[in-house]
Amino acid sequence: MTVSAAPSEASSASAAPRSGGVRRSVLRRVAPYLQAGPLALTLLVFLLIPILTIVAVSFWDYDSIRIYPDFVLTNYEELLTSPVTWKTYLNTVKFAALTWVITLLIGFTVAYFLAFHVQSTTWQMVLFLVCTIPFWTSNIIRMISWIPFLGRNGLLNSGLISAGLIDQPLEFLLFSDFAVVLAFVHLYALFMVVPIFNSMMRIDRALVEAARDGGASAAQVVWNVILPLAKPGIAIGSIFVVTLVMGDFITVRLMSGGQSASIGLMIANEISLLQYPAAAANAVVLLAVVLIMVVAMLRIVDIRKEL
Amino acid sequence: MTETRTGSPLSAGTTTGVSRRTLLKGTAAAAGVAIGSGAITGFPTIWAQNIKNVTLRQFGTGVSNLNAVADKVKEDLGFTLQMTALDSDAVAQRAVTQPKSYDIADIEYWICKKVFPAGVMQPMDVSKIKNFDKIVPIFVNGKLTPESAVAQGTAPHTVGFVEGKDSIKFAKSATQWMTLIPTIYNADTLGIRPDLVGRPISSWKDLLDPAFKGKASILNIPSIGIMDAAMVCEAMGEVKYGDKGNMTKEEIDKTLKIMTDAKKAGQFRAFWKTFDESVNLMSSGEVIIQSMWSPAVAAVRAKGIPCVYQPLKEGYRAWGGGLGIAKHLSGLELEAAYEYINWYLSGWVGAYLNRQGYYSAVLDTAKEHMSPDEWAFWMEGQPAKTDILSPEGKVMEKAGAVRDGGSFQDRMGRVACWNAVMDEDRYMVRKWNEFIAA
Repeated sequence: MTVSAAPSEASSASAAPRSGGVRRSVLRRVAPYLQAGPLALTLLVFLLIPILTIVAVSFWDYDSIRIYPDFVLTNYEELLTSPVTWKTYLNTVKFAALTWVITLLIGFTVAYFLAFHVQSTTWQMVLFLVCTIPFWTSNIIRMISWIPFLGRNGLLNSGLISAGLIDQPLEFLLFSDFAVVLAFVHLYALFMVVPIFNSMMRIDRALVEAARDGGASAAQVVWNVILPLAKPGIAIGSIFVVTLVMGDFITVRLMSGGQSASIGLMIANEISLLQYPAAAANAVVLLAVVLIMVVAMLRIVDIRKEL
Repeated sequence: MTETRTGSPLSAGTTTGVSRRTLLKGTAAAAGVAIGSGAITGFPTIWAQNIKNVTLRQFGTGVSNLNAVADKVKEDLGFTLQMTALDSDAVAQRAVTQPKSYDIADIEYWICKKVFPAGVMQPMDVSKIKNFDKIVPIFVNGKLTPESAVAQGTAPHTVGFVEGKDSIKFAKSATQWMTLIPTIYNADTLGIRPDLVGRPISSWKDLLDPAFKGKASILNIPSIGIMDAAMVCEAMGEVKYGDKGNMTKEEIDKTLKIMTDAKKAGQFRAFWKTFDESVNLMSSGEVIIQSMWSPAVAAVRAKGIPCVYQPLKEGYRAWGGGLGIAKHLSGLELEAAYEYINWYLSGWVGAYLNRQGYYSAVLDTAKEHMSPDEWAFWMEGQPAKTDILSPEGKVMEKAGAVRDGGSFQDRMGRVACWNAVMDEDRYMVRKWNEFIAA
């Protein structure tokens, strides 16, 4: 922007009277700040201030109905010394890891199929849109629709029983960790497909041909050419999936029948019980953990190469 | 508000103005609220005009936030009642944190114990409540009959009154200032699927019977769930409580240890938080024994699925709710609120609630709005002579059916404890959440 504007500004400055030139050079120095202003302001109001508020409140004291401005560490103490917190984090990370692995496999396969097997651009777009169809309904509906399907007397169990494959309904299908991960995969697979597909579409087809000419097998092409080049897409998809799962509470609550815990659910519980400072402390810790995870991912893959 | 007040004497002519001025002189010491109330009894027509423009915003738990009530208010009283239904936790939260967002709080007594001390509500003058002396004595002195014992927990009468008009301190016995006007209450027990449990259920401890492994559920609202858990543990003989409604840390630990062990052994299929979740769990057969609310049992039965609200030998866990007035209400809106509350106790709503299987605070007036057969079925535990209809006109029970648990006396007379907020509330909630997360 500034680069392209520079020559015309310089030429007009030389023609203009001296005072105008000074004003213009001031403007030129201020302009970048003005251009960055709106975004900075938005981030300040909608991101920085709320987060600082959360951090501040996390040090406040509370009882069953009110919160008191204070500076106490009890919220963090109670949080970090409770074995339940650690177990819950472990559980949440487990959900995130399982969901990540499965969505990655699905995402990579689907994207690979779309990018390299479907030859016509029209069909690529059509099939890509087909992938997004489930997203035309709300999250909650897509989640809840699993419940009658997986239940003890649900479609799947009745089907399996009448087909003679099982005599007892499979209990683990619903209100279990299985159900939670299943719903997560269903909800978030597209977040993996899109960025990986995007990365793959940018891969120069000549590279694939060169690899083939060099005698690489199909598997070797995928492993040594496509996978490394799709890494930025994988990283972006991973960030989406991991942060979404780490912060989720409603999927875990509905699909586990309230029996499993996640950090988001813990925070939601605390908020509903008016324990804002405890919830804030929890949120701060969660934010730190997720940031560390994202930073770690960015260390492994340089996504700026792609953007 | 000031506009309407200065407006009304003008429109009513000189006579009104004079008498109002005399009235003002006469009650010089009284506050503006009292003047307003003097005017309403003296000149109802003037107020009746203005009151049509009043909108009262009521919020509360789903049980009593009924659109039918709002419609009837519009019809009978002329003003608009806006209703918002939330879950119990959200109600407590909103009552305290957004006191300006509502005019009338429809809350439970245990929520009242948390909310009222925050100073966001104003007590009501019982002398302005017409049917006050007919309110069921449970809400006044805690005893259904003079000889019955006071149940454990946050019994409504313990948080039903404050010491004075501006007090936020609960009074030990009845005073002129009532925090909540009781509207609706019930005795809760376990709901079962008689077709699937396979044996008679008689005790709270049956919830943890290994025979129902993976088919039991308990509600996940800490203040209520802990009481169900306590009823279970006491019935098992595992824990002896001084007061179930106000447990010590040790009692909380012991109770939740038993529940956690059961959870880890796979006893529970799910935990529920909302009314419809409990209905779905039961009607789908995922759960065959669980903590339940009376209309949820009715909802399961309405689908043609057998469900019994099983009376248990240890007694019931009771809950009660009432209407409270927000602190910011004054003048005409406050009058409208009083009028609404008086109307609430005057029978129509009482009959409506009784027909849903709840109980109303003033029984005499509700009786006048029910048929003798309805009254005999719901309140006296007698077999229905004709089909029993829900307030919407759907058949709830066929002729010949008897209400689970029997009569009002049998059910409300056997309350073992009330939903409660304990002194160790914060500790209990933390431990409860650990149990849920375990």
